[in-house]
Amino acid sequence: MSRAGKTAPRIPSKIPTGISGFDELSGGGLPRSRTSLLMGGPGSGKTVFALQSLANGVRQRREAGMFVAFEERPGQIIANASSFGWGLPALARHKLFFLDAHLSPATVQSGEFDLGGMLAILKRKKEEIGARWIVFDGIDVLLTLLGNPVAERREIYRVRDWLADNDMTGILTAKIDGGTSGAVQYGFVQFMVDCVIRLDRRLEEGVSVHRIEITKYRGSEFSTGEFPVSFGRRGLEVAAADSLELSHAASSERLTAGFERLDEMLGGGLYRGSSTLVTGAPGTSKTTLAGKFAEAACRRGERTLFISFDEAPEPIARNLSSVGIRLKPHIRSGLLRMYSARTEATGAEEHLQKLRSLIDEQQPRCLVIDPLSAVAKIGKLSTSRGVANRLVNMAKDKGLTTIITALVKGDDPQTEATELQISTIADTWIHLSYLVRSGERNRALSIIKSRGTWHSNQVREIVLGESGPTLTDVYAEEGEVLMGTLRWQKEAEEQARTLLRRTEFDHKQRELEFAEAETRARIVVLERDLQRQRDELALNSSGHEARNLSSSERESTLRRMRNARPAAPTVAAAARTKRPPTPGAPGKTGDGAA
Amino acid sequence: MARPRRKAAKSPPAALTVVVMRLYIAAGSTNSVKAVANLDAICREYLKEGYELEIVDVIKYPLRALTDGVLVTPSLAKLSPAPTARVAGNLSDKSSLLLALGIKAPVK
Repeated sequence: MSRAGKTAPRIPSKIPTGISGFDELSGGGLPRSRTSLLMGGPGSGKTVFALQSLANGVRQRREAGMFVAFEERPGQIIANASSFGWGLPALARHKLFFLDAHLSPATVQSGEFDLGGMLAILKRKKEEIGARWIVFDGIDVLLTLLGNPVAERREIYRVRDWLADNDMTGILTAKIDGGTSGAVQYGFVQFMVDCVIRLDRRLEEGVSVHRIEITKYRGSEFSTGEFPVSFGRRGLEVAAADSLELSHAASSERLTAGFERLDEMLGGGLYRGSSTLVTGAPGTSKTTLAGKFAEAACRRGERTLFISFDEAPEPIARNLSSVGIRLKPHIRSGLLRMYSARTEATGAEEHLQKLRSLIDEQQPRCLVIDPLSAVAKIGKLSTSRGVANRLVNMAKDKGLTTIITALVKGDDPQTEATELQISTIADTWIHLSYLVRSGERNRALSIIKSRGTWHSNQVREIVLGESGPTLTDVYAEEGEVLMGTLRWQKEAEEQARTLLRRTEFDHKQRELEFAEAETRARIVVLERDLQRQRDELALNSSGHEARNLSSSERESTLRRMRNARPAAPTVAAAARTKRPPTPGAPGKTGDGAA
Repeated sequence: MARPRRKAAKSPPAALTVVVMRLYIAAGSTNSVKAVANLDAICREYLKEGYELEIVDVIKYPLRALTDGVLVTPSLAKLSPAPTARVAGNLSDKSSLLLALGIKAPVK
């Protein structure tokens, strides 16, 4: 109706690609009925991305699609993608149309040409199969053939307008990189399309690393920055799973960690859905701890996945059986799935994807990864760190109770903090260490942190026996923890000392009792002495008083005669007058005294 | 239907063979109009002995073009005599076109 209504910019609706992670990054997928450009160097995953979007459209929404191949033959493309399990050959029969637009090298070029004819073919096919998507794969090949800037622009515009007129969502792929190579650049294409996605493959410390970045999206918000990309069985996957919001369900259900004593130390066990990090130097029985946890999980009848790096399942199961942990019956019943990954075989991202598909297959409730620190050996540390983080979060998202072991150098658990930094996101952190004393190496367990639980601060010793590993109390002597034989000695010593102390006590008791009796006897004698002395004293003082009294009477008679002042009232005089002498009335004193 | 055009000389000498060609165009596009004109000029100059030319409008007959493996327009296919050849473009580059058609440029 109104012109304004027609020209008003409308927010483009989006069409999901079904590529895990990408739809989250782009806020819903690619712009519907618009043109998107996928650019990147050779082997960066452009064709995979485009093909996967098409295949997902058919599989998830029954939307037909078309694929125009300028570079490779469609047969090759389908064969190359067969490893992804999208069932392309079947889809190609009804819902996907592949056009071989690969220009034979025998073709002679004479003057300019255009895509008018091809678009006519595609329009016909679109109507036939009802296609909603179209991919022009290797548009750079076409541009090179056009060979002049005016024609290049004209044909891109032609394609773009054709897509809009026919209500088709288009993906162009082109071997264009960021301008770092000397290759011909078709920068203008980026200005002409509505959405630009850059795929990148580079080597980081000898490992091939794939990245994706949305550099432009008209009329839409999108996550900026590069995101890791991995290729797995289901195709390409973008690691945008680090959703900004963390929302893990918190369970109050407690699970046993496999050891009664350890559960006690943790204030009742591990929380369902929590993640536990076990750090320790080589041989501190990290795997034993993890194995015990897995065995306990299987005994509860819970499906469990045990991932080990660089050690095959067979030796692990055998070694664990030597300390009484029986995993084989659970492997046979299918309750336990053990998987060994070779660290160097693939990049960290690929390991993550493999784990994800294993989790999808096994549907476990408990997960063991032993040791995750192996991932740190792959490529760049920041990448491995990201992978380790996402792995823990993935396990939490899926509500898996997880035990992750990590190898640390030396005895300082803090070295883990500088490597994969799992300790910050793990709920519980158990550290295993060696204590070497008196020619013995003993294993000690301590809990560094445990979120949401009361936990013991004490160190326990792990004793590996045929009937299974156990945790025992340890002794501290002068601030040092005693273990193994030393602990035995200490225990015996302690007993002997107790006996000795008891004897000493009895002895002392008797001694004190004796001393007390002696003192009491002495007191009786002394009291008798005291009485006798008192009697003597009383006798003596009565005689002396009588003499004293007569002499004071004589003194006062003399004083009266001389009318003199008394020198000082004597005690005897004062007692008799009952009134202190007043200096102002000397006469009266004399009268009173008389 | 395609538009078969036949322009044969009245009585071609036995030693000379007729060149059979097919031109795929997108009717109305600049390049296609140019191609028709350019080909017409070449035929008149070099194929006096005789030629067969079919012009296919891809806009009208897209499946025919698809079956023949023609994608870009205009495109010329030389069907006989052997060797066959494909030429893409508006045929403005005369020397490459003559080479593809197996016509020796006349020595001056």
